[in-house]
Amino acid sequence: MWSLGPVGFLSPWLLAGLVLLPVLWLILRAVPPAPLRRRFPGVALLLGLDDRESQSDRTPWWLLLLRILAVAAAILGFAGPVLNPAERGAPGAGPLLILADGTWADARDWPVRVARIEALLGEAHRANRPAAVVTLTDPPEETRFDPADAVLTTLPGLTPHPWEPDAEALADWAATLEGRFETVWLSDGLARDSRAALLDALESHGAVRVVQTPRRILALRPPVLDGTDIALEAVRTPIGGAAQATVAAHGRDPAGIERQLASATLDFAPGEAVAQVALALPPELRNRVTRFEVEGARSAAAVALTDDALRRREVGLVESRETREAAELMSPLHYLRVALEPQAELISGDLPVLIPANPDVIVLADAGTLPPTEAEALQAWVESGGLLLRFAGPRLAASDAGREGDDPLMPVRLRAGGRSVGGTMSWGEPKTIAPFETDSPFFGLAIPGDVTVRAQIVAQPGPDLAARVIAQLSDGTPLVTRKPLGDGQVVLVHVTANAEWSSLPLSGLFVSMLERLAISARTNTDTATDLTGTSWQAVEIMDAEGRLTETDTRASVAGEALVAGDLGPDLPPGLYEGEAGRFARNVTRADTTLAPARWPARIAVEGLGRAAERPLGGLLLALAVALMAVDALASLAVGGRLRARTALLLLALMLPPVPTAQAQEPPMDAQAEAFAQAATESVVLGHILSGDAQVDEVAQQGLEGLGRALWQRTSVEPATPMAVDPETDELSFFPLLYWPITGTTPIPSGAAYDRLNAYLRGGGMIVFDTRDAGIAGLGTTTPEGRRLQTIARPLDVPPLSPVPEDHVLTRTFYLLQDFPGRHQGRAVWVEAAPEEEPTPGMPFRNLNDNVTPVVIGGNDWASAWAMNPVGMPLYPVGRGMAGERQREMATRFGVNLVMHVLTGNYKSDQVHVPALLERLGQ
Amino acid sequence: MIASPATDTTPLGLRGRAEDLAAPLPPLLAEAEQLAQTVLMGEHGRRRAGAGSNFWQYRAAQSHDTARAIDWRRSGRADQAFVQEKEWQIAQSVALWVDDGASMGFASTPKLAPKSDRARLLALALAVALTRGGERVGLADHRLPPRRGRGQLSRLAQILSQDGTGDHGTPDPKSLAPHSRAVLVSDFLGPVEPIEAMLTTSADRGVRGALLQVLDPAEEAFPYDGRTIFESMSGALRHETLKAGDLRDRYLDRLAERRDRLSMLARATGWQFSAHRTSESAASALLWLYAALERR
Repeated sequence: MWSLGPVGFLSPWLLAGLVLLPVLWLILRAVPPAPLRRRFPGVALLLGLDDRESQSDRTPWWLLLLRILAVAAAILGFAGPVLNPAERGAPGAGPLLILADGTWADARDWPVRVARIEALLGEAHRANRPAAVVTLTDPPEETRFDPADAVLTTLPGLTPHPWEPDAEALADWAATLEGRFETVWLSDGLARDSRAALLDALESHGAVRVVQTPRRILALRPPVLDGTDIALEAVRTPIGGAAQATVAAHGRDPAGIERQLASATLDFAPGEAVAQVALALPPELRNRVTRFEVEGARSAAAVALTDDALRRREVGLVESRETREAAELMSPLHYLRVALEPQAELISGDLPVLIPANPDVIVLADAGTLPPTEAEALQAWVESGGLLLRFAGPRLAASDAGREGDDPLMPVRLRAGGRSVGGTMSWGEPKTIAPFETDSPFFGLAIPGDVTVRAQIVAQPGPDLAARVIAQLSDGTPLVTRKPLGDGQVVLVHVTANAEWSSLPLSGLFVSMLERLAISARTNTDTATDLTGTSWQAVEIMDAEGRLTETDTRASVAGEALVAGDLGPDLPPGLYEGEAGRFARNVTRADTTLAPARWPARIAVEGLGRAAERPLGGLLLALAVALMAVDALASLAVGGRLRARTALLLLALMLPPVPTAQAQEPPMDAQAEAFAQAATESVVLGHILSGDAQVDEVAQQGLEGLGRALWQRTSVEPATPMAVDPETDELSFFPLLYWPITGTTPIPSGAAYDRLNAYLRGGGMIVFDTRDAGIAGLGTTTPEGRRLQTIARPLDVPPLSPVPEDHVLTRTFYLLQDFPGRHQGRAVWVEAAPEEEPTPGMPFRNLNDNVTPVVIGGNDWASAWAMNPVGMPLYPVGRGMAGERQREMATRFGVNLVMHVLTGNYKSDQVHVPALLERLGQ
Repeated sequence: MIASPATDTTPLGLRGRAEDLAAPLPPLLAEAEQLAQTVLMGEHGRRRAGAGSNFWQYRAAQSHDTARAIDWRRSGRADQAFVQEKEWQIAQSVALWVDDGASMGFASTPKLAPKSDRARLLALALAVALTRGGERVGLADHRLPPRRGRGQLSRLAQILSQDGTGDHGTPDPKSLAPHSRAVLVSDFLGPVEPIEAMLTTSADRGVRGALLQVLDPAEEAFPYDGRTIFESMSGALRHETLKAGDLRDRYLDRLAERRDRLSMLARATGWQFSAHRTSESAASALLWLYAALERR
């Protein structure tokens, strides 16, 4: 093959044809285009007319050039040009060392790497060279060069690891290398400090080739809880233009089945390495998330495990029974509230209310003996896994709780009364807290010197007291005691939860202790010192591809190492469990950045796949054909056979379509004015565009049908309904907006939300219709339901309830009790009525003094309302007469809805008419 | 192959189409200016008493009136006897001439009909309309003198369907009856002298009429370019140019000049002149002919 730069020719002798081009030029030049014979009756008028400018009867030069180019392209094309022809380099000699980084970044295309290693080994085998294959994440003790075919058999065992090579281990391994060999290094493409040193070491043994493909590598940083949102961050390399990545949150659903719970899209701005997205999830859902995964990335760095840092525990605070007129700071719950508020969901109330809510923790501050029924319920709750945290106080000290025998809800037996030290009436100094024992959950926490205890309640000595104490005072008296009860535990703090008895609640130690008790979620910034002294056991470990495997056979890891140590064979990424909860060790950290690896200029860097041979012949031949087509056109034009219009048409066909300039829109004011006029000429119902043309059409037809029914049956005579876009249109003209929700309905912008909220506050009504037959129930299982939640979240919507029996909507025009559309029967939600007991003798409560701002349902009313211009229904509803009945009911609901919007509580007030008449009579 | 009705050029087909075209028009009454000199009866009221069928006036009976002439109904209402006079009615004769030269066979695109087709159609449609109005129609040569009746139309169609020889046909001025009317349909692209002779001679004889120039759109636009040899339809004339587009303006000038000349000539001799394109509706041309013949 003869090559010219990067282009080689398969049959170079054909290029000799290029010599003919000048000859062709001369021939073509001499032959002018043939004249065209044309019959024309007006020739008598032409006689005697001479050509004013005598055009040369030779072919014009540009046409010649075109033809020459076409012929040249054809000759070149037939000569078989090939870009990047495969070179057959001379095989090297001596042993061959094949290195692979073997990190998580390799995981995605690991099979490609193995294939490349296979190819290298195959070449080595043909050249009879010994070879060795080493992954840097797992360097061997010693490196032996074996026959290449023997090494080939070990390849299936070669796996990447979810950590990065350890610089020290690499240095040790490099020191064991001997002799001269050639190195091929399959790089994962990420910059790493250890590379330079290893490269130097390898180069001292022989030539080094690097194989590296530039490709996109994504890493997901550990998720962070930001208020109630989960902040997700991803970094990428190389930094290119705008890109998107989808992050999916996985977890177990209530049935215990692993599934995707939510997803978010990360948008990388052009030139930005980091993309952020905030994922808003309800607490229940958030607590279920076990990991976030960048879809399609398949590497350990694209998976971020979650741990307790994302969980917000529900803590029930039991209000004390009697309402003391005490200062807020005296409240036993104040410090708890302040300490827990940022990290936990707090619920407060009575025990009978709290226990059914099943919080993670219930805090009883200074509660004495509990009524037997409550105590039983509480005990059952603790045994099923709850954590009961009790604080002492004057009332507990005064009560008989835990005196007589072992109270199940008290970790230890208590002695009567309390103990006061360091007060005005007692000897001795206030006591300090003794250092925590190693088996205490608080072990490792630093104890501030200024924490003192002035009073406490004292435990009755007993055989199991010592085992139950987890914190004590400097004199050995228990401060915190704990006992397991069923699956749960009961913890008693022997001082008050306020600063009355000790200064403990004023110190940071108090917060740390609560945290260790797994009451509050950990703060997001774990430091090694926070976890000093704790030990953690891996329960799930992650491989390089981001897959999780359960494990229970690994040695436990010290807390400080877990937080600060580098990942490695001893500390694989995964989920670790300790006494204070779960800790996720991810591949990435909050400050992880990625950079592409740079190699010195002397190192040859190859792509992973060889630059493919690319035959250019077809391209050139296509060019030749295109040129000939142009030549045909041009010849026609020169010969007068081409009509101008035909030429333009052909030209337009050949040119790529140019986007037409956007038509000048009429000025916004005029448009808005026209819209306002159209919307206010009469009662106009509106439907908000759902983003799906078909759904919008149904909504339009539905409102037209409803308008027809209103026109026939009531004094409301609506005009043609209008489609409304909250982004651009003023909403206040419409008494009622029908909003069909699809799974892809666009989320309104901020301005649109302002408009919608103003509309709702101004007395408007929006009817949300998910059109899914309401099977979503609370709205989490259909795409429409989820969309509705997303859309409605920023809306100013009051608390909702299913339409009560006596709601004014049931009797504004027709007396109705259910509200079918195309679907029948599920609950329709409206603004919740204020709590009011029905008055005996009155059929209706005195309710809702205004119009409900939203009606939410999924019965697809528009389809049931829809009529064609003749008044025939457009879409089937139910079957037979029952279906017609259902359609009639749907229409009646629509009439009621419009009447409700237009007349408000008028029908509700009519209940009072007899009373008013009676009063007038007097 | 079955000829579609729209392009049927057989005598029968031509007549059928012409009847179709003429159907919407009211019977065309050509104005008879020199009615006194022609004695043939027709349906043109002379606005004076004479032989005819329409009532003109009552006059007192005189001694030379026969008793049969007395209108007894009118006389019964008076003491005097009255005679009913009829309006004097007379028919006009119209001579048609359609260019049968080869140049009329030109059509620039297959979508358009040849000019000859359109010209014959117009002529025959006019003949149908005139016949229906009671006029006598004939050809402006010696083959078919003006007559009335449906049979005349068949003969007219028969003769009109024949193609002539040569590029351009020439009308024969001697064939026109004095004080009759004539309609000449041609493209008038050939020599203008025969037309001039025809018009001046006919003016001498008191014949008036209309000139209708039928042209193909291509003849008015000259949409040609490049090196071209133009040949006349019979191939007798030929003109070669290297750049046809360059000739366009001068050709159009000459065409306009030709029209001006015809138009001037027509005005001088009391004729009407109009141009018609085969891309236009035939009915508009027929309307114009109708109006031209009606004009005094």
